[in-house]
Parts: sequence; C-alpha cells; structure tokens
Amino acid sequence: MISGRFLRLTGTSGLILLACLLAAAIYVPVANQFIDPGSPFHVNTASVVVFGKYLCFAMLALSIDLVWGYCGILSLGHGAFFALGGYAMGMHLMREIGPRGVYGNPILPDFMVFLNWESLPWFWYGFDMFWFAMVMVVLVPGLLAFVFGFLAFRSRVTGVYLSIITQAMAFALMLAFFRNEMGFGGNNGLTDFKDVLGFDLQADSTRIGLYLLSIAALAVMFLICRAIVLSRLGKVLIAVRDAESRTRFIGYRVEHYKLFVFTVSAMMAGVAGALYVPQVGIINPGEFAPANSIEAVIWVAVGGRGTLVGAVIGGIGVNLAKSYFTGALPEIWLFALGGLFVVVTLFMPKGILGLISHWRRRQPPPEPAAETGAPSSTAAEERA
Amino acid sequence: MARPLLLILQRIALVLVLATALIGGSAKAQSGPSVPDLVSRLAGADFNETERVVEALAASGDASVARLLEALGDGDLYYRRSDNAVFIATRGGEGYLLTDPLTGASAGEAGRREVAKVRVNNSLRRAVRAAIGTLTLRSPDPAIRIAAAQSVLKSGDPEAVEPLTEAIAAEQNDSVRAVMERARAAAILNSDASDAVKIDAVKTIAAKSSQDTRAILLAASNGASEALGSAISDAVRRVEGDLALWSAAQNVWYGLSLGSVLLLAAIGLAITFGVMGVINMAHGEMVMIGAYVTYVVQEIIRNHAPFLFDVSLLIALPLAFAIAGAVGMAIERGIIRFLYGRPLETLLATWGLSLILQQVVRSLFGPTNQEVGAPSWMSGAFELGGLTLTYGRVWIIVFALVVFAVLVLVLRHTSFGLQMRAVTQNRRMASSMGIRTNWTDALTFGLGSGIAGVAGVALSQIDNVSPNLGQSYIIDSFLVVVFGGVGNLWGTLVGALSLGVLNKFLEPYAGAVLGKILVLVFIILFIQKRPRGLFALKGRAVES
Repeated sequence: MISGRFLRLTGTSGLILLACLLAAAIYVPVANQFIDPGSPFHVNTASVVVFGKYLCFAMLALSIDLVWGYCGILSLGHGAFFALGGYAMGMHLMREIGPRGVYGNPILPDFMVFLNWESLPWFWYGFDMFWFAMVMVVLVPGLLAFVFGFLAFRSRVTGVYLSIITQAMAFALMLAFFRNEMGFGGNNGLTDFKDVLGFDLQADSTRIGLYLLSIAALAVMFLICRAIVLSRLGKVLIAVRDAESRTRFIGYRVEHYKLFVFTVSAMMAGVAGALYVPQVGIINPGEFAPANSIEAVIWVAVGGRGTLVGAVIGGIGVNLAKSYFTGALPEIWLFALGGLFVVVTLFMPKGILGLISHWRRRQPPPEPAAETGAPSSTAAEERA
Repeated sequence: MARPLLLILQRIALVLVLATALIGGSAKAQSGPSVPDLVSRLAGADFNETERVVEALAASGDASVARLLEALGDGDLYYRRSDNAVFIATRGGEGYLLTDPLTGASAGEAGRREVAKVRVNNSLRRAVRAAIGTLTLRSPDPAIRIAAAQSVLKSGDPEAVEPLTEAIAAEQNDSVRAVMERARAAAILNSDASDAVKIDAVKTIAAKSSQDTRAILLAASNGASEALGSAISDAVRRVEGDLALWSAAQNVWYGLSLGSVLLLAAIGLAITFGVMGVINMAHGEMVMIGAYVTYVVQEIIRNHAPFLFDVSLLIALPLAFAIAGAVGMAIERGIIRFLYGRPLETLLATWGLSLILQQVVRSLFGPTNQEVGAPSWMSGAFELGGLTLTYGRVWIIVFALVVFAVLVLVLRHTSFGLQMRAVTQNRRMASSMGIRTNWTDALTFGLGSGIAGVAGVALSQIDNVSPNLGQSYIIDSFLVVVFGGVGNLWGTLVGALSLGVLNKFLEPYAGAVLGKILVLVFIILFIQKRPRGLFALKGRAVES
C-alpha cells in the first residue's frame, strides 16, 4: 500500500529519477574511494565536487520549475535567492575560520580587518552558530520573496512585467553586494573557507559527504514539489497558470497561492545556494547577475517545463554540456547556449521530456502552434 | 600656495607674450628712450637706477622685455665688463653661455671673469614681478590679459592694484575689463585700503558667483573690521546661495544628459515592446551593432579618407539604422513571428539571440574595447552662467530629442505609422482592410531595431564599444519603458528624463552605486503602485 502511494507521489519518471539519484549516491563514493585511480570507472574528487555543483543547479532548476512550470510565474531573479542562501552559508563558514585567517582576528573576517572595521556589523551576529545560519539560509530568501511577492502579486503585476522587475531586483542586489560598505566582502565575496562543523572542506570525506547531502536534498525537494503540485493547492496553481482571471472569478485568492509557491520556491533556491557554496568554496556578487537567473530558466525549458523531472534533467544536462564546451571549445559555448534558447523555445516547447513522451507514444507530430500548450492559448484568448 | 601659482601663471603668460612677440615682431613705435637704450643702462647700475629702468621697461609695453625681466628677477642677468652689453647668462662651457635678453638669440660664451651680475635685492624683485604683471596686462592679446588678471584674482597681490587701475583705464575689451576689475577688487581686499573702498571691492567681487569668489571673500574676512566683516558675510551668503542654485542646475543638466542616454537606449524598445508587445532581450545588441557600425565606418575613414572624419558619425547614422534594422527584420521573420502571443518564450529566445550576437561580434572584433573617436564639433565645452556644458553631451541630448520627434511624426503622420497602429490594435480588422500584417510586423520591428542602431552611434561617443555594450542598457531600457507606461512614446520620454534626473540628484547623497540601487528599488515599488506605468493606456485592451 505504502509503495503504491509512494509511486503515486513520485510518478513513473520521478521514480526513475530517484532510482538514478540513489545509484549515483552509491556509485560515486564507492568509485571514488575503492576503485583504483587507473581504472576508467574511477571518479576523482574534483569530479565529485563538480557533480555536487550540478546537483545544486538541479535544485535551483527545480525551484524555478515549481513557480514557472506550475504557476506561470517566470522569475528572472531566482539566482538572487540562490545567492542569498549561499551568502548566509558563506557567512557561517567565514565565522568558522576564526583566528586562522590571514590577519588572525578571532572575530572579524579578513576582509573586514582589511577595511579597518572595528567590530562586527549587526547582521553578522549569530552566524557563528550553525543552526542560526541554516535558519537564515531558508529565512532570508523566503522573507525577500514573501515581501517582494506580496507587493507584486497584490497589485497584480504579472507576466513579463513580473519577469522584468524580478530581474531588476537581482540587478539591484548585485550592485548592492558589490559595495564594500555592505559588509559582505564586496567584489571578492566570501572565500578561503576552512571547515564546516569541524570537517575539513578540502578533505575527500567532507566532499563526498556534501555530495551525498546534495543528492538527499534534491530528492527531498523533488518529493516536496511533487507533494505540492499533486495536492489540491497544486491544482489551483495550475488553474492560475492557465487562466488566472477565471480562477480569481471562481473565488480563489490567486495572490495567496502565488505568494505561497513563490516563497517556497525561493527557500528551495536558498538551500541550493547554501549547499553550493561549501562545495565550490566561494560566493561573490557575480552570482546575482541577472544572466545567471535567465540561464537557470533555460535549464528548465530544456528539460521540460512543468514536469519537475525535466528541470532536474535540464539542470544537470545543460551544465554537463557547458563544462564540456567551455573546456573543449570555449568559443562555441555561447553560440551553443544561445542556440539552445532559440531552438528549445521554437521547436521543443516541452523540452527533452516532452520529446521523449512524444516519441514513446509515436503519435504524428502536432503543429508547433498547437503544441504551445493550453496555458498560452487561453491566455491569448483572455487578452482578446 | 598662491605665490608659486602666480609664478607659474606668469611663466605661462610669458611664453605667450614671447610667442606673440615673435609673430607680431617687436617693432613698435615708442615714445621716450628706446628699449635697447634702457637695457644698456642696466650695466653696472645701482639698485635705484635698476628700479627706474625696470619701471620704464614695463611702461614701454613692449612684450619682448618679459624675458629680460624674468631673468633679472631670477638673478640670471649679467653684463660684459668690456662693452657693458647686457646678456642672460647660464652656467656652461668655460664660464657662461650668453643669450641676447631681447631676442633670445645665442650670443656666444664668456669667461667667468668677463661678466658681472646685475645685482638685485628684494624690493627690486618685487618691482620686477609687478612689472611683469603690468606687461602682461598690457599685452596685445586679450587671452593673455585675461590670464594675467586671473592670476592676480587668485593671488590677490596688493601691489597689483596700481598696474590694474592703469590697465583698466586703457582697456577697450569689456570682458577683459570685467575680469580686471574683479582682480583689482581682490587686490584691494588684501591691501591696506580704507573699509569703504574695500566694501566696494566686495561688491565688485560678489557680482559673479563662483567657488573662487567664495574663497577670496572668506580669506578677506580674516581680521576684517566689523562693517567690512558683515559686508563680506552678506556677500558670501549670497554667493553660496547662487552656488547651490547652480549646482542644482548642473545636477539637472547631468540628469538630462543621463536621461537622454536612457531615452536613446529605450526609444527603440518603446516600439518593439511598447507598441508591438514583443519582449526583445536582444535590443541591447542592436545598440551594440550600431556602435560597431560607427567603429567600422571610422576605421575605413581613418585608413582611406581622413578628411571625412568630422562627418563620420553622419555617415554612420543611416548605415547603423539600415544594418540594425535589417538584423531586426531578420530576427522578426526568423524567430519572433512564431512566438507571438507567448511573451515568456519570446523573452527566452531573444535572450539566446543576444548571446549569439555578442559572441559573433566577439569573434569578429575581439573582446576588447574598440576606440571610437569624437569629431571636432563634439569635443570641447562651453560655459553658461555657472554651468560647464560639454558639446558631446549637448549633441546627444539634441539627437535623442530629434530621434524622438521623428519617431512620433512617423507614427502619427505617415501611412506606415497608421498601419502599424492599426495592426497592433486589431490585427484581424487591419488584415481585412488590406494591410499586409506580416510585413507591417516585420517593418515595425525593423524600425525599432534600426532606432536602437542609431542610438548605438550616439552611445559609442560616451561608452566603451565592446561586445557587452548592449547588456548594460537592457535592464535600464526595460525599466524606462515600463516606468513610463507601455505603448506610450511620451511616457518613455518623461520616464527616461525623470529617471535620469532622479539618479543624478541621488548620487551626491548616496554615491553612484547606491543611487542606482535606490532608483531600481523606487521603480520596483512604483510598478507595484501603478503596474501600467506613469502614462497607462486606458481601455479594455489593457486588461490581460
């Protein structure tokens, strides 16, 4: 019975995804630790870190898919929530360095000593405690999303207007974090981390631990998202996506639903950022760049919008391709990425997952215009 | 501080004097003893005699004696014992290298024993300085006279009162006389003249408000008597009030200048986004293409026809319009027309396109900044009251307004504009009236892109021409259009200019970056309040 309910929760493709994640969780550490480095099956530690990074991107993609795929909110500022979570984590890691910094100050991080600051700014208090930092990882992006969403949805800022102001929000945050006076390390951001909870960040075991944690977090997030979209609330979300005004007229408080899903999504992005930072070892204001947020949106589009599994596939797949191209043919990467945006929107509106299910059903290909899906055509009707 | 400055200015003035002397020739009818006669009297003269000669030389008004006076003040003036000829001597060779004090021509060498110094003391040095001042004040070139007066204005040398008074009496040029009168007033403030005279001087100085004026007055208030002190503090208050006004005006000017840049960047977007409703994230790249067209045009002109450089921008304008417009039409036909009615997809596809265009330009021209020169009529600056306006900025403001006006005229008064508006308002109806809606779409998009290209020509003058040029404008342009109200060109104009001014007024208090952040936050909050912008279109079409 329980397995039946679980299958209903995950869906077939979700189950395959979870199985793949489990396999990766088992194979990578074993291959890293026990398989001889000469063997082709060996996974070196650098690759473990890279995989961990992709998993964080997949989480970010998942959070975007939740708002965009299921509620029609195209946020171009999710990279900002990701970065905020990352900064919260980075602040804790900075405090963990303690007196081992270059200047040996037990309380002030190096960059503050460098800037001749006398004492810790108030917003750095508490970050020496791990639990506090973890609360902030969720709370700060969540709070920003709540306030931002409250204002935006209340005044019915929708569609591209919302996209543009979320982008402006990310841009403003980027400019703000670039300032030294903000107290977040300015241009250089936070880096030179030593350890987390006493585990050395450079050690293989810590890296594998973080990798496993990322897999677990991704799996949990996936299940949370599935639970949300399968619930009654999820049905309303889809209704909002497809016919916002109609849903409002039926009597639902549309902005409450949107606000809820936007906030949850921002929190998930924050967690993704928090897992990202200890693995890559740095967080700087560049993470806020609107281009990053837009790139994350295309991961979702490539994988298949509104499928959750597709978001994970897109997040990992596009970044794999990016690593390959930027290494092998750096000139080509931007062409490829740009082309991906164009091709996916024009020819694969449902992404890779859409292609796969289409291929499995072996139906004659529908017209591209018809395939744009219910959401936009109803939206168009409404406009007319 | 003031003294070295004065000396430097005097040196500069001297060089100018010499230059004019060489060009104009020093032949000038003189009354009284001729300059060479005077010079020869210096040989072996005592201090009193030397001073008399210096005064006579200054009175001669002959610019060529400036070199001699300078040398005398520096103690470099010698005379030959054998024939009492006077030379400027510098150490070198066996003893001294001699130059003729009037013409500057070399006059051979002399042994250490053969020459003797024309001796000077401190009072003589003062006399020499005053003489040089007088000399430049009487120079035939008004620019030199102004420079001399301004050096006195800065130094406030009380000994300059006399020569300035004479110079003012002789002065024909009004603007030069005004500077001289201010300089004389500044000199009087430092002299031991009576309070009544000094209060008059304060009035003269305070007539023109500038930072210099304020500094002079504040310096003069030290140790001033009560009446004079209150006159000065009154004047300072008035000057400070004026200065605050001018600095506000300067801020408005900077704001308008920034606003015109925003307007240029956003105005094409007002067509593609505002009128057609197409989110074109590659809009910034159209601007970039325009800037690169300018660069290529200038490169060709530099290599093949340098005499055309001053009109390079005029040549680049139509080319940029055509090329960016053509690229825009290709984008519309190739991609965007499949995505009408799906704004979010359009956004993503055009973003991808912008990446591709950037990379194309990067591959063709390299990732570094390209140099785009300014034609002569765009460089330089002029003063308007207390404002300093650069020609480049003036032209960009004018240009932005002209582009705006042309666009409004095209939309209002041409059949293309009519068709365009018809198609955007009711596509089916327009189609059944015989309008080729496909072509209208393409042309409209081409128009918006072409205007972006034209904007690129202007922006190449004030920004770095690099593949990233467009990206820095795209967010700003969207915000301007959204702020002003979508579908409304006037809204874009007002939005751009007011955001520019707002930005520049915040900058002095918050710094450039924080000012920008505040503006962004302001817009975000503003959109909450008025989701459809400043000048929202009314009617059913708005309700989406």
